[in-house]
Amino acid sequence: METKRQYEVVFIVDPTVDDEVARLTDNFKQVVVDQGGSVTKAETMGKRQLAYEILHKKEGTFVLMEIEGSGREIAELERRMRVNDRVLRYLTVRVDEDRRRAEKLKGRRQAKAAKRSAAGSQPRRGGSVEFADANGE
Amino acid sequence: MSANYEDRPRGGGGYDADDDQDRRSMGGRGGRRIHRRRVCRFCIDKVDLIDFKDVRLLLNYLPERGKILPRRISGNCATHQRMLAEAIKRARNIALLPYTTD
Repeated sequence: METKRQYEVVFIVDPTVDDEVARLTDNFKQVVVDQGGSVTKAETMGKRQLAYEILHKKEGTFVLMEIEGSGREIAELERRMRVNDRVLRYLTVRVDEDRRRAEKLKGRRQAKAAKRSAAGSQPRRGGSVEFADANGE
Repeated sequence: MSANYEDRPRGGGGYDADDDQDRRSMGGRGGRRIHRRRVCRFCIDKVDLIDFKDVRLLLNYLPERGKILPRRISGNCATHQRMLAEAIKRARNIALLPYTTD
């Protein structure tokens, strides 16, 4: 059982309340830390157009946070964001499993490539059989 | 991106020229189009992870109407189509992409 999980949290802040974003982000960071998690990254993706209106707003400031922890801090963080009127929307995605899978695939591909290049330097036809024989004796 | 599926760049030049399996004739009256089997773009680029925040990439697979481009047209492999669909749905949820456009 893994103890540490990685999450990506994106939330949209109402852009009409200026100066609020940094404060809000710090606030949320504090929440995570209090719950025993750690924030590995927190960045503002900037103000951008929403693809559809949310609460009659057409724009929003997007903030991305990467969090490491047990999952308890996510529950608390989401509760806070749900209650907060300035947060138009949030999305949490658990990323560690997918990332690990990607790493694995990458590793496998590299191993394959290494093998192929090694095989390429040997003569092609019948090469492996003769090679095995030579080694066996 | 344009919704003109025929003009999409295909991977690997000369790959499909004389291989019968790569041709599918859309029989019937008049519209005898030959569709070439496309190769998965993500496999060529060796993508292991499709990020839902990469709007520009996702938009390639979202025609005007806002629907997810089917595999039969994009030529994606099942694995990557699944990852792509997931990413698009996440992006929709967070208002990076539209659910519908009218």
